[in-house]
Amino acid sequence: MNFYLKSFLIFTRIGLFTIGGGYAMVPLIEADLVDKRKWISKEDFLDLMALAQTVPGIFAVNIAIFIGYKLRRFWGAFWMAAGTILPSFVIMLGIALFFRQFQHIEAVENIFKGIRPAVVALIAAPTFKMAKSARISRYNIWIPVVSALLIWLLGFSPIYVIILSGAGGYLYGRYRHRQDRKEEKK
Amino acid sequence: MIILFLKLFYTFFKIGLFGFGGGYAMISMIQGEVVTRYGWLSTSDFTDIIALSQMTPGPIGINSATYVGYVAVVNGGYSHAMGILGSAIATFSVVLPSFILMILISRFFLKYQRHPAVEAVFSGLRPGVVGLLAAAALVLMNGENFGTEHTQQIVSAILFIAVFIASYRYKANPIMLIIGCGILGYLIY
Repeated sequence: MNFYLKSFLIFTRIGLFTIGGGYAMVPLIEADLVDKRKWISKEDFLDLMALAQTVPGIFAVNIAIFIGYKLRRFWGAFWMAAGTILPSFVIMLGIALFFRQFQHIEAVENIFKGIRPAVVALIAAPTFKMAKSARISRYNIWIPVVSALLIWLLGFSPIYVIILSGAGGYLYGRYRHRQDRKEEKK
Repeated sequence: MIILFLKLFYTFFKIGLFGFGGGYAMISMIQGEVVTRYGWLSTSDFTDIIALSQMTPGPIGINSATYVGYVAVVNGGYSHAMGILGSAIATFSVVLPSFILMILISRFFLKYQRHPAVEAVFSGLRPGVVGLLAAAALVLMNGENFGTEHTQQIVSAILFIAVFIASYRYKANPIMLIIGCGILGYLIY
């Protein structure tokens, strides 16, 4: 089978069977491409994973793009990304076309009245998990608190928060760097 | 029509370009643009989409781009076919930045990943992303999602606390939690 068609189908299958986001895809990709097909070495895979996590964008698609690009440059990346996207695209389009007709039935409304608070809780819970892995301490806790309040109460765009916190981190890093140099001179 | 397509392209391109920190952090960004800024979806519609995304395969960024692209166009008074085109445009735009970045940086990045400047940027970004997540949860805690009358608000608060504990302390499966709360909602209301 043609390499591109094969990669497309592998990632379609992986995209179809991962419910709940990008991180669920990682073990499937590893089992298939690293262990079974040996298209990519374990070390390269780990490097690409770190890269896919660092750059912005959708993690699952980033992994597909980086692996594809490593193996076959642009078209490798293109077909692997297309494979990852296709199942969710088709399913969500189906939901958009049909769900909206059922949305206003009373039973469906009632089901979603129960679901909505659950979804909010499912978003609130990882906030605290992430706070741990982001090494939030009493020195930098003001950053998430101020960001959240700006967005929530003042309607600030989250994009500005991303830009400001990245730029702030960079400037603080340079400041620290200079301070360290001064200390060394003394 | 063209203007709406351009807006979709611009919005989802931005979301893809600044979407640091994974799916849940992206929720905050999509909400800021799609609900607060353009009003393409109501808060409750947006919450329903997150619920449906959790239960269906695929990353939440793709799921919401596909859905919003369709709904924004159809609610703007255009046909289903145009809606499908809108959803293709939104989905394409949200992944386009990843492609561009890959081509620009893949050669250099592995070398500079541990560069002090890159690490410094991320020392600011990580706490910022935590704030984004907190904001996503806070913005969604409103009358559309928790109800406006007293009984529904109490039921909603109980469900919220129960799901929070089940997810945070006991790492319960989110799909099961959503299905369970759906059944409870059907029985209670």
